[in-house]
Amino acid sequence: MTDKRVGMEVSIAAAEAVKMARAECVAAYPITPQTHIVEHLSELVANGELEAEFVPVESEHSAMSVCAGTSAVGARTYTSTSAQGLSLMSEILYIVSAMRLPIVMSVANRAMSAPLSIWNDHSDIMTCRDCGWIQIFAENGQEVFDQTICAFKIAEDPRVLTPAMVNLDGFTLSHVVESIYEVSQETVDQFLPPYKPVYRLHPDQPVTMGAFGMPEIFAEARKAQDIALRDSYSVILEVWEEWGKRTGRHYNPVETYRMDGAKIALLTMGSFGEVAMEAVDRMRKKGIPLGLLKLRLWRPFPFEDIRKSVQGLEMLVVMDRAISTGGIGGPVASELKSALYGQAKRPKIISFIAGLGGRDVPPEHFEEMVGQAMKLKGKRKIEEFYTIGIRGE
Amino acid sequence: MTKPIDQFTWKDIPLGCVVTEAGNAHEYKTGDWKSQRPVVDTSKCIKCGVCWIFCPDAAIYKNEEGYFLANLDYCKGCGICARECWTGCITMVEEEK
Repeated sequence: MTDKRVGMEVSIAAAEAVKMARAECVAAYPITPQTHIVEHLSELVANGELEAEFVPVESEHSAMSVCAGTSAVGARTYTSTSAQGLSLMSEILYIVSAMRLPIVMSVANRAMSAPLSIWNDHSDIMTCRDCGWIQIFAENGQEVFDQTICAFKIAEDPRVLTPAMVNLDGFTLSHVVESIYEVSQETVDQFLPPYKPVYRLHPDQPVTMGAFGMPEIFAEARKAQDIALRDSYSVILEVWEEWGKRTGRHYNPVETYRMDGAKIALLTMGSFGEVAMEAVDRMRKKGIPLGLLKLRLWRPFPFEDIRKSVQGLEMLVVMDRAISTGGIGGPVASELKSALYGQAKRPKIISFIAGLGGRDVPPEHFEEMVGQAMKLKGKRKIEEFYTIGIRGE
Repeated sequence: MTKPIDQFTWKDIPLGCVVTEAGNAHEYKTGDWKSQRPVVDTSKCIKCGVCWIFCPDAAIYKNEEGYFLANLDYCKGCGICARECWTGCITMVEEEK
């Protein structure tokens, strides 16, 4: 069960979770705002608190390549990155997921340059949406800690064997001190036994990994990978349920807040869920039937949970932290529109883009989104997306 | 291999496309890639084996009489053996079909 509550920077909590998960290899390259995570891990390894190989590589491409190697020999492997670093490792992200290597990575989400930005939005991860990894978004420090440990158990499950990433908003999560319930090492050890690979590179039983795939086999291989990622959904639920039993903290693919009797709902992903809760409370006081949906699981996409959660809603106001330039606008809204298109009864989806490149989104902006959306009720013409907090609208 | 690759369904794909059988590349005959094949004039061959050393596909073997010849199941017709041969006994000949 849970022990004491301690004040801790969220990056440190992520690193502590990796330590408690007994990672055996960490290969990483420092990049703001991920730096504190790997700095702390290198200290833990140097101090002998974590018995692992720490490989200080020369780039993120190398970081993920080292991870591919260490995971292939059967070591529990971890890395972390942000934005440009994530893009640089992009090529290997696709390779390790198709090779079914259960690497765990924290992505401290940051805007893609240019203009050069070190601040938070979700444009980095959206470039890697289809890389075949399990993708989880954390809302607060506790979730970062819990989800990092859960990610190892999910990824390494023999029914899954797919890499998993935990997204945490850069600075707004990575650099803040939060009070976090720690878990005893004993609890983590019981929850997360050592990794037992199905196949690994070992001279006693040679195998070839990452072989060439002719057109006669490639499509079947890709389909097998897609089915495995979709099927990981039930294991994710199982793992979260077990974590809930052991720690008292329960997680769902889609979290709901004040959805009872809601006709309108906001939908967020990541740390802005907590700000949106404040806006929901304020608007509920004014008698507006507003609720909130928080999307925790981005891949595999929880289609049924979403369809169930929006039942009875007239309007769904989606806040995106990235823009699909020249396209649909918000990637999360676009996904939701697709998920609900085939439903006989579905809410009107109003897409808002806010909080790009570290721009703050206070509760008033969420109220403004809902206010604007309500004005669109019954209107025929709805734009692909709207923006909030961008000057010159 | 249990069955030809084009009969595998997605359910037959081993986890992560791992190849569990060591050395099964020999089942993959790459000889049909070539557009030219090496023909050896044994009267000029001095059995030095330089072609065997240079062949990037290890497709050259020594026959019972000690001559070095290409196994056409694997030879891709790159012509390196003909280029490197000291006596010029190897000629690259266009494949007819």
